[in-house]
Amino acid sequence: MSTPATIDEVCAVAMAEAFRGDGEILCNPIGTTPIIGGRLARATFEPDMVMTDAVSVLAANILPVGDDEAPRLVEAWMPYRDVFDIVWSGRRHVVMGASQIDAHGNQNLAAIGDWRQPKAQLLGLRGAPGNLVNHVTSYWVPNHSTRSFVPTVDVVSGPGYDRVAELSRFIRDNHEIRRVVSNLGVFDFANDEQRMQVVSVHPGTTVDVVVDATGFELLVPDEVPETRLPTDEELRLIREVIDPDGLRRAEFR
Amino acid sequence: MTEDEVVAELESGMTIGIGGWGSRRKPMSLVRAIARSDLTDLTIVAYGGPDIGLLCATGRARKVVYGFVSLDSIPLEPHFRVARQNAAVEFAEFDEGAFYLGLLAAAHRMPFYPTRAGLGSDMLTMNPDLATVTSPYPDADGHHEELVAIPAFDIDVSLVHMNRADAGGNGQFLGPDLYFDDLFAKGAKRTFMSCEKVVPIEDLLDEGTFHTLKIPRLFVDGVVEAPRGAHFTECPPDYGRDEAFQREYAATAKDPEAWAAFRERYVDAPGHDAYLAAVDAREGSGS
Repeated sequence: MSTPATIDEVCAVAMAEAFRGDGEILCNPIGTTPIIGGRLARATFEPDMVMTDAVSVLAANILPVGDDEAPRLVEAWMPYRDVFDIVWSGRRHVVMGASQIDAHGNQNLAAIGDWRQPKAQLLGLRGAPGNLVNHVTSYWVPNHSTRSFVPTVDVVSGPGYDRVAELSRFIRDNHEIRRVVSNLGVFDFANDEQRMQVVSVHPGTTVDVVVDATGFELLVPDEVPETRLPTDEELRLIREVIDPDGLRRAEFR
Repeated sequence: MTEDEVVAELESGMTIGIGGWGSRRKPMSLVRAIARSDLTDLTIVAYGGPDIGLLCATGRARKVVYGFVSLDSIPLEPHFRVARQNAAVEFAEFDEGAFYLGLLAAAHRMPFYPTRAGLGSDMLTMNPDLATVTSPYPDADGHHEELVAIPAFDIDVSLVHMNRADAGGNGQFLGPDLYFDDLFAKGAKRTFMSCEKVVPIEDLLDEGTFHTLKIPRLFVDGVVEAPRGAHFTECPPDYGRDEAFQREYAATAKDPEAWAAFRERYVDAPGHDAYLAAVDAREGSGS
């Protein structure tokens, strides 16, 4: 038996679960925990996904996170420009961060305060506007609080369900926020109102804690399961193959 | 040409396109030559890195047009952050893919290219001049889709940095990614190219296949030989990023005295050779 899973490993597996059923698409997680989750999903239940080496190729082997020197089994050249061909083809599932997210899944990566002169300039719109209207997106929020889960985001980088409802058939058909994983739980929008609902809470957390840390009304089903624990094989892959240096723990300090 | 001869071709108020990407293969010797010039009111168009940060911090830029501004290992360019939070520059922020289409439209002399990127997000709120167009073709439901029209960037002069070039302006990239340097060259009225090394045309295939010769001299108006010309950004396979120097640069955004010293020592160094000498002489430098 492995030593028990820690919260960072539970989150990595919850992130991996976002890709279940995706098949042969570009799995494109951004950030340490999402990358570990994506590589874990491909190493286990989604072997057909393709992944970049975070530089400029698609690598067919499972790379250790953060290791620029690890040998790549190159299957395609993927310079930055070509990523847009994949975005626009729809064959991509991205995981982005969200400095703010609301009940409809509107994401802010751009700025806090008035964007004309922000109190805090953040990363910017980045690729979010194009991602959301073309293919599946998930979010990773390592600091679940009423400052990150907010009633209204200051800037919309990636549009949520309420905004997309006004747009074209093509966009409505291609827009999907598959899941939101935070350090407290897992959330999705798979209900008639397309509002954020609790899917599971992580071990060691309660629904009340999650509700109190959320700045809007979460939909909470009568029965909320606990987020599943990693299997022994998943723990081995995370600890020995994908993240032997323990980079995953940095976001949880 | 020299860096200063390139700057002599520029005028205040121009729109300058800068190749590279984030903190990767930026024509930094040319950027510094602009930074220490008396040019003003420039509009800078780039997948931004320290080029945008330096030209904001030295007051050369009036407006910046970008898909992002990052130092890669430092996710947000700190001098750009200061400029935005002080509202010191005008700005036009695009989705990263939409920005590509602005370059592509410029290269193809089209007024715009359409995209769905921006619909539903605040990209349109933040860029009130962006217009939409209606597709002339009906979709399966008979509806005519509304799309965002990304206008061609109107670039007066582009600056790019290559690994190798010949004296005529045929440029060669030897690293993993050309980024958008070919589109910057094709989309501008004039383009100046710096390079690590000028080689005879006969030697262009010595270090890379013909696939690496992506910018023909048709689109290049002058070549500057600038060894380590992309420093402190990366320029593989010739050299990686100087992370220690980049950290030093980044830290000056929070400290006006440190910035003044950095500017005097490195940015205002009279020419690329003087800059490299200052870089190599600094405390803790391995070289």
